Formats: sequence, C-alpha cells, structure tokens
Amino acid sequence: MKQLSKKKETWLSVIGIAAVYIIVSVLEIFIPSTSILFTVLKKGAIYALVAVSMNLLNGFTGLFSLGQAGFMLIGAYTYAIFTMPVAIKLTDSVYKYYHCAIGFDMGFLPAIILAGLAAAAFATLIGIPVLRLKSDYLAIATLGFAEIIRAVFQWDELGPVTNGANVMREYLDLSHIKIPFTNIPFPPTLFVFLIAGICIAIIVLLINSSYGRAFKAIRDDEIAAEAMGINLFKHKELSFVISSFFAGISGALLAMFQYTVQAAQFKTAMTYEILLVVVIGGIGSVSGSCIASFLYIACSEWWLRFLDDSQYNVLGLDILRSGFRKVVFSVIIMIIVLFCSKGIMGDKELSVRRLWEKIQRKKAAKKQTVKEGAENE
Amino acid sequence: MNESILRLEDVTMQFGGVVAVNNLSLEVNKGEIVALIGPNGAGKTTAFNCITGVYKPTNGRVSFHDQVIAANHPHGKMKKNYAGENGDRYQSEKTVSHTPDVITQLGIARTFQNIRLWKSMTVFDNVLTAKHMRAKQNVFTATFRLSAGEEKRMRQETEALLEEQDLLRYRDELATSLPYGTQRRLEIARALATEPKLLLLDEPAAGMNPQETLELAAFIHDIKDKHGLTVFLIEHHMDLVMQISDRIYVIDFGKLICNGTPEVVQNDKRVIDAYLGVAEDA
Repeated sequence: MKQLSKKKETWLSVIGIAAVYIIVSVLEIFIPSTSILFTVLKKGAIYALVAVSMNLLNGFTGLFSLGQAGFMLIGAYTYAIFTMPVAIKLTDSVYKYYHCAIGFDMGFLPAIILAGLAAAAFATLIGIPVLRLKSDYLAIATLGFAEIIRAVFQWDELGPVTNGANVMREYLDLSHIKIPFTNIPFPPTLFVFLIAGICIAIIVLLINSSYGRAFKAIRDDEIAAEAMGINLFKHKELSFVISSFFAGISGALLAMFQYTVQAAQFKTAMTYEILLVVVIGGIGSVSGSCIASFLYIACSEWWLRFLDDSQYNVLGLDILRSGFRKVVFSVIIMIIVLFCSKGIMGDKELSVRRLWEKIQRKKAAKKQTVKEGAENE
Repeated sequence: MNESILRLEDVTMQFGGVVAVNNLSLEVNKGEIVALIGPNGAGKTTAFNCITGVYKPTNGRVSFHDQVIAANHPHGKMKKNYAGENGDRYQSEKTVSHTPDVITQLGIARTFQNIRLWKSMTVFDNVLTAKHMRAKQNVFTATFRLSAGEEKRMRQETEALLEEQDLLRYRDELATSLPYGTQRRLEIARALATEPKLLLLDEPAAGMNPQETLELAAFIHDIKDKHGLTVFLIEHHMDLVMQISDRIYVIDFGKLICNGTPEVVQNDKRVIDAYLGVAEDA
C-alpha cells in the first residue's frame, strides 16, 4: 500500500478546507442572496460551531452538560446590546418601555469577542457549584441554569439593559458588515464561515494539545486521571468555560444572522437541537458535528419543508400539514439512534489520511479480485 | 541510609461502623522495596487509598519526606461512633487533606489493582498524558503552539520511556488491545512518567502467569535502580513478595500483625494463623 507522507497530508487538508471557502465565495457571487441555500449554509455554520463547542464538553471531557442555549443567549444579547448604535438606543424604536442604560456602542468584532467573554464569565461562576456533580445530575443542573439565565434576561427590572422580554433589533447584523476600508458589503455567508471556521480551528488545536489529552483522560477514567496528577476541577472548569466562550460567539453570530433576538427563542428545545446534532454527528468527532449540523439544518429548513405544506398531497392522503415535518424528523432520529447509535462518524475524524487509506484498500481489493478471476480462468 | 520517605502513624479508616484500617503505623525508607500483605479484605488497598488521597483517614497522620500529607482526627458524628484506637492523639493537630493530583505532584505515583488505563488512547498517548502535570505551559500557549518546545520535550521523554520499558513496538496500538501483562507494565510506565520518588504498586502480578511474575520481579528491581525509586507494593504472589522485598508488613482485619524481613515474616505464627486460620480448639 502506498504511504501518505505527513507533509502531503497537511497540504491536502489545507487544500480541502480552502476549497470549501472558495466554493462558498463562488456561490455567493453567482446565486442570488435570497436563495434558501444561503440560509442553510449560514445557520448550518452557526450550529456547527455551537455543536463543536458542546462536543468539546460532552464528547471530549465527558461532561454531560445541557446549558448551551443559555450561553448562546448571553452571547446574542451581549452582541445586540453593545452594537446597537447610540442614536437608536436614545429613541424609543427599540427600547420602547425603558430608558436604555448602555450609553455607548462598538464595532462588530470587539462585540463578538465580548459576547464570548460574557458567556465565559457566567460559565466560570456557574461551573463552581455545578461541576462538582456528575453525569445526569450535571445535565439537570446545567439545564436549570440555562433556564434561569433565560428568565433573568426577560426580567422587567433589567429592562434598561435587556429590553425586558421585548425583541432586540436594529443592531449591526450581517448586512452591516463591510469589507475593511471600503464600503462594499462583505459576503455574509463567507463572513459566518470565516468566524465559525476560525473558532472551530481553535477548538481542534485545543483538543490536539496537551490539555485536550488531559480532557480525554478525564473522560476515559476520572480516577486514573486524578492519580496521574490531573486536577479534575481545574480541567473541567477550563473545558466548561472554553465551551461556553464559543457558544457565546455562536450566539452572537446567530443574532447577526437573524436580525432580531428575543430571549424566548433560547429554550431547552434549542439545546436539544444542538445535542441532536452532536449525537447524529458522533460524540467525540468534530467533523461529524460539522457534517451533521449542515444536514440537520438543511433537512429542517429546506428538504423536509414540503412535509408542512398541504399542497403536496401526492398519495391522495391528507396527512401533509403544518407540523408533520417534526413527526418525520422524530422517526428519522429514532432510526439513527436504533441502527446507527454511534452517529455518522463515531468518534473518528474525517481526514485526508482516512480517505486515502480507504481508497488504497479498495484498490487493493479490486486487484485481488482481478487476480483471482485470472487464476480461475 | 535509613532515611524515611513515607511514614504512617496510627492511620485509621472507618466507613460507618466498619473499621477497614485500624491504627496502622508503618515506615518506608528511601531506596527500599517494601511489601504490604494480608488476606483478602484486610484493608491493604484502603491503606493505599489513604496515602494517595482517595480517602481521607478518619484518624492518624501520613507524612511523605517529613511533610504531612494527610492528618485527621475523628470529629462531628464520627466522634461518638469512632471504634478505632488513639482517637484523641491528634485532637490538637490541624486537619490536612489533599486531592490525589496534589499527592502525585509531590512525587507519589500509583498503579491500580484493576487496570485503569485510558481506553480510547494509544499506548503512546497514555504515557504522554501522564506528562501533562509536569509540563510548563498554560492552556493558551498549549493551544496556540507557543510552547511547542515543551511538547517536543514531552514527546521525546515519552519515546525514551517506552523504549526503556520495551513498549515502543506497541506505540500506536490502543492501550486496551495489549496482552494483560503488558497492560500492567504500561500502567507502571505511565506512573513513571509523572516522575515519582515513591511508587505504589497495587497487586502488580495479579492475573499474571508464573513466567510473567518472574519477569516482573526483575522488572521492578530494574526500574527502581534506573529511576532512583522507592517501591511500596501490595501483592498476593508470595514467591514474588519474598523474592524482592526488603521488608514486609502484614495486616489482618485492618491491624498490623507483623513486620520484618521475609524470613521473619515467613516463620511468624500470627501470619500463618491469619492466612490459614486458627484451629477451633487451640
């Protein structure tokens, strides 16, 4: 079997990733921006980021946490509050019932980073009591905290900051992003891909570092990890905070993508959606989470949409109606869990090396059959 | 020469009403191989867990290199229910307890009775991860490869350690796919990667055949000399224990019943009684 050199592998991977970005840019030039394709790509990239961040926690550190939607909410609100121009804050077009307490605004890049930091700061505080719990109890506690965060953001008394339970809008959304030093709008899908791509790359670097190995050690055997000098609380907290940081950033991206943000949207159902993506992709696989997130969003926003439309009753049966999509979805999920419980990728990664080896093996198998065929004759 | 490295004084571990380790005092000197033996359920592993910080002893003091690493006296509800001895000796002393990772940091490494390797990792990664504790880096420099020199050093040291332990040929295999005896050796190699001064081995020969046990004896001597270690082990294979130990401590029902050189222990009546039982009418 032909061997793939390390250098060649790196180059092929770089080319593969670059190809994705080039394809996205080309699509944005030739296809009208109103196409459903871009909605799927943008939302898919955002979900890919939050799914990977959840995978860092659930798949690589073995902490079953369900707080992701709460941290996304913090990120989304932080972004919306700080990028809304002062001029709009002063009028009552958004803050209708309150007098806005934040008297300044900032650019989108610092706001995105701030969104991550805000989520990370909350995670640091929540992590101290919560990370002493294990498995199911941890899941329940984080789920509870996520709900508390949502309730607090809707609280009337915080209205001057969060606008109560009302919608936040007119902040810097994707259409406001310009190419630096010009006035030309930045291709929005490419922007989302860039930010999400950088964040996922950082998570992958972390997973492959010494700290990533320590996380995996905690997942595999906590007692052995502790006996080998890995401080359990410090490393769990670290993983929790980093995961929340990127969840916050994905929240900010979601706010940019949606044009409006409301706390009511970030319910536990959203966490379950993300968990679903992680499970379908494979717990412990970054590339699996990415692939699954695009597939999931494409199905729920595009490919299975027709199920909700009563016009397409092909079989003459009157079953297609609003909400039927969810029924079909549930069945698909059940099939995946029953017959493909490790998800698309299991805990493996999609890599050039694996593809290469697969192709080589197939070639070898083909040669073998040809040889056997010749011998038989 | 007789410099004490580990000292247990009146260590008692009580779970509810059960006294698992009762008033155990022992000493391990630098450069020795000391064995802790006793019938099943005598409290050997509990004693190990008290040393490594998995359990917090109910009473007594554990010191390592003259530094107290665990000290406690019965308090709260335990004060009334305490069934061990010397319950008032450490009253005035400050309670000390550390988590296992701090103990490892100080220089005590251990292996487990039921092998606890990290299942999803390769042989190489198992040893490399144990090096994490001593690496000079933080999460930022590690993620952005700013401490690449440190990572390179860790990898080289791991390679050298595997070479030395004759495990290099299994380098990229999953740890759990190795034969049982090799897994035990890998667990010892992983413990060595934390750069310990004192190595605690919990039944290193469990599940090994006579040939492997014989090799293990040579192996333990070998790593002791190469790494300047002191070894404290729990073992059931008496040939191994008698062959390699400088001194032996015997416990039964949590209490120390005998200690001394292999010859002394072998001929002690209490030890024979503990293992074989005492005749009813004696």
